Amino acid sequence: MYPRAFHYHRAKTLKEASTLLTQLGEGAKLLAGGQSLIPLMKLRFASPDHLVDLNFISGASFIAEEKGHLRFGPLTRHAEIEESPVAAKIPILHDCAAGIADVQVRNRGTIGGSLAEADPSGDWATVMMTLETRVTCLGPKGERSLGLGGFVKDAYTTALEYDELVSGVSVKIPEGKSGGAYLAFKRAAPVYPTASAAVQLTLEGDVCKEAAIALGCVGLVPVRVKEAESALLGKSVNTKLLENAAEAARAAAEPQPDMRGSAEYKRQLVAALVTRALAIALRRARGERVEVSHIYA
Amino acid sequence: MPDATQRVRVEVKVNGQVHLREVEPRLLLVEFLREQLDLTGTHIGCDTTYCGACTVLLNGQAVKSCTVFTVQADGAEVTTVEGLEKNGELHPIQKAFADCHGLQCGYCTPGLMMSALQLLKCTPEPSENQIQNAIAGNTCRCTGYQNIFKAIATAAERMRSAAHGD
Repeated sequence: MYPRAFHYHRAKTLKEASTLLTQLGEGAKLLAGGQSLIPLMKLRFASPDHLVDLNFISGASFIAEEKGHLRFGPLTRHAEIEESPVAAKIPILHDCAAGIADVQVRNRGTIGGSLAEADPSGDWATVMMTLETRVTCLGPKGERSLGLGGFVKDAYTTALEYDELVSGVSVKIPEGKSGGAYLAFKRAAPVYPTASAAVQLTLEGDVCKEAAIALGCVGLVPVRVKEAESALLGKSVNTKLLENAAEAARAAAEPQPDMRGSAEYKRQLVAALVTRALAIALRRARGERVEVSHIYA
Repeated sequence: MPDATQRVRVEVKVNGQVHLREVEPRLLLVEFLREQLDLTGTHIGCDTTYCGACTVLLNGQAVKSCTVFTVQADGAEVTTVEGLEKNGELHPIQKAFADCHGLQCGYCTPGLMMSALQLLKCTPEPSENQIQNAIAGNTCRCTGYQNIFKAIATAAERMRSAAHGD
């Protein structure tokens, strides 16, 4: 399958890419990993007049630890994050990177591209919604930094102007007794999850001091479930509480029925994923090393 | 509507041989390999980034060549299934697939062997889980995968023995 013909531009710097977007107008799109864009173009769901290739920009792929934060270059591939001991300082990031699609897609797909695409079934935004995440956007007027909640506006829609691009992503390393986990339920490796749950908990003794619970694939954007979080906050964690939180997540989910399952099926799935993710997050918060892998049907 | 006349000069090293070509930007790497270089060992299966039949190594990393534009491979090294055999000798991965009945119709096999190659380069002694994970992006509709797992484990073992000279 061939996409419609387009004009190809190769940017040498992120700044040049943004300048090209300004010059070429709204018919131009950025090519990062291409693992969503190229299939969309082949199926003619997208037919940009111009593609600006970011893959030849040097220095746009990196993972750095700085003042209690992890910083990611926009072109950092999922596979690089999967293999990075620095990124593993936030285990939930490793859970996410190691579970996206398959080896081939992870070798190409990028964190910046994933966030900028804002696919409601994408993994990164859901996971990063549970952390203090900021997205840096570069445009003709310079850089601006947005919280992830303000960056993701709607399905496939972000706060990026047509001539802006994601120039970096920064995540605060959770302090204290904190643990997180991300679980997605998938029918096969290369497909998007049917539903996913990300949780990050911070304990003080056995009392839950901070809780962040986000759901993927069950809304137009990743959903933070405040009701589920407040079921835990300030309380000594026990099985009953976890069940309450999972039930609150089930009630808050607004899944669409599709070929992956009915709305009710997905709500049940959400409850199960949240229960399991909470249990793993708790063990990690208590200092245990737990390997996580996605659940396959 | 942009004109379809743009051509981009690319230099791609495929299985050790450098190829200079002028290509349309929308030319997919898999089409470049098959149609322009006559390397038809790389197959097109689903053509939608699912099945992995088109897997090749791009700078040593497994990629689905139906989801990479040829212009993106400019300056890169590509290894296809044709690059496995050396001096008339099958690669240990190829030999193990044959010995373990790791293929039936053979359509997915080139892609599977390239995914296996990336795995065994980085992980000479893979666990069963690591083998499964490495080929999770390759679909086979004949074998049921068991003999593919066996083939990759066997290839790993033989490559380790060869490396140790025993």
